[in-house]
Amino acid sequence: MNPIVLQAKNISKEFHDPTTIQVLFDIDFSIRRGEFVSVTGKSGCGKSTLLYILSTMDTDYSGELFIDNQLVTGKKEKELAKIRNEKIGFVFQFHYLLNEFNVLRNVMLPGLKLNQLPQEEIEFRAMEKLKILGIEKEALKMPNQLSGGQKQRVAIARSLINDPLIIMGDEPTGNLDKKNSNIVFDVFKELTHSMNQTLLIVTHDQEFANNTDRIIDMEDGRIISS
Amino acid sequence: MKINLTITIAKSLLLARWKQTLIAAIGVTFSITMFITLLGFMNGLNELLDGLVVNRTPHIRLYNEIKPSKKQPIEQLESPDIQHHFIHSIKPNLGRTNIYNSLAIIEALKHKKEILGVAPKVTAQVFYNVGSVDITGVINGIDPEVEKKLFVFDDYIPAGNSMDIKNIPNSIILGKGAADKMMVGIGDNVQVTTSKGERVSLKVVGFFQSGIQDIDKVQSYCSIATTQKLLGVDNNYITDIQIKLHDINQAPLLAKKYGEIFEIDALDIQTANAQFETGSSVRTTISFAVGITLLIVAGFGIYNILNMMIYEKMDSIAILKATGFSGQDVRNVFLTIALSIGFFGGIFGLLFGFSLSAMIDQIPFNTPALPTVKTYPVSYNPFYYVIGCSFAIITTYFAGLFPARKASKIDPVIIIRGK
Repeated sequence: MNPIVLQAKNISKEFHDPTTIQVLFDIDFSIRRGEFVSVTGKSGCGKSTLLYILSTMDTDYSGELFIDNQLVTGKKEKELAKIRNEKIGFVFQFHYLLNEFNVLRNVMLPGLKLNQLPQEEIEFRAMEKLKILGIEKEALKMPNQLSGGQKQRVAIARSLINDPLIIMGDEPTGNLDKKNSNIVFDVFKELTHSMNQTLLIVTHDQEFANNTDRIIDMEDGRIISS
Repeated sequence: MKINLTITIAKSLLLARWKQTLIAAIGVTFSITMFITLLGFMNGLNELLDGLVVNRTPHIRLYNEIKPSKKQPIEQLESPDIQHHFIHSIKPNLGRTNIYNSLAIIEALKHKKEILGVAPKVTAQVFYNVGSVDITGVINGIDPEVEKKLFVFDDYIPAGNSMDIKNIPNSIILGKGAADKMMVGIGDNVQVTTSKGERVSLKVVGFFQSGIQDIDKVQSYCSIATTQKLLGVDNNYITDIQIKLHDINQAPLLAKKYGEIFEIDALDIQTANAQFETGSSVRTTISFAVGITLLIVAGFGIYNILNMMIYEKMDSIAILKATGFSGQDVRNVFLTIALSIGFFGGIFGLLFGFSLSAMIDQIPFNTPALPTVKTYPVSYNPFYYVIGCSFAIITTYFAGLFPARKASKIDPVIIIRGK
């Protein structure tokens, strides 16, 4: 059996503004290496909130979070940033590419930040990732010259640059049409199958979810099936 | 984080808003330019005005003052506790005004390390005779060579050659005011009467103009030998020994020391001309205040622009943080932006400030009071350039610090979920 890469233990969260509302109740689950997991549920069920806790960006919660068998709960901002840089890749609903840099540079940025390989090596790897996603021809274009689908694929390439332990996605196909959604889904599928990449995708697209290996269904801040 | 990466990101953010960046940099450039020009101009003027007095004043002057002796003979009686004297209205007796053993003192002073130079002087009270009218005057017997070296004497000689008083016997450099009154030119002869009643004819070889009217009406210069001849004294009769030090600030201390060693009256420049230093420091303070105000205004400009940039680049900051850049990295990026605006704005400010100073230096400035000054005085003291550049960097650093800290605290979750 594959090793556990991410484990949530009794994670709860409350919003305090304007009144205290509990949005997550004792979330308990784990993800193993190579799994393609989708989190579904209705709007407001807390699935995105959960994702941001799992991604270490939101630190205001109770319970414990383990990534790569390391407790990350309670770590300092700088250490969390390092964990995100090294072990987590992100794909958001909106592409969030930096318009000041070309596509290649955008993909390279997290690699440059990690600073474990020489720049030429990072550039070579970035080109490889772009090739996997079939957009190597756009490498030297600026992000605003690309179509929505292409931008999202660049964002996926960026999330792959440091060979992360897990890729997290928050509605990565939410802004795309059917055709581009399918392309993005196929890319994800390909990543799990050929590279044994772990994926955790939040989506409300039922069709997308049905094609993944495992569905975590949420309702009112609780996991009802997983 | 690698410095290279910080600089790359800062540069791309800067270039993305290059117009605002340029305006912010121009703000810094402008304030540094004005700071340099203002201080250079103000200081040039200070140096000129101080020079009027300070250049011509010895740091320490040794002389004999006519005064009653400190310890009157009656006080030398024993047991002063029991007795008390009632002698009032004590007057000085006829003492010597020249310095006892002057040549030996000069020789001793010349060998001291702290002294730049020693210039002996003989002062003689005279009357200039204009027809039947007598005008009071003072003839200073000097060595023009030493005087030129220590007190920039030639700067105050608008016509004639100072060396002539040494080379031509019985010659005089006449104060410009006195010369105008007597209506004499170079080559003419003037009659002077000494305080002892002797009349002497002297040839005018030059004019002296200090810029201070009262002095120019009275003061004239002859060689030491000529003055001694006027007074009818021998050649070791010296009334003043003027000392120029390497460090002007030591004057009060050394004046006291020399006074004690040589048993003579010693006056230092600080005591004699206290008001000049006050004037200079007030003018410098005002220029600094104006310069710093300009820089602070420029700092607010940078603060505004960086704040705007942060609002515009909220998404970029959020994604940088999401992909592993820490708050500190983001802060460094924005500080780099602020500092590079300050640095480049400052460098150009120094260049423009220097050019503007050089331009002011070329503007004609003619005043009868200052014969040797032809253009506006400007100081190019490198100290002000260093201060200007450091101020530019420090102000921009603080102007950038607050927006940068704000950027570092941006919560990526709020930005990303807000879409």
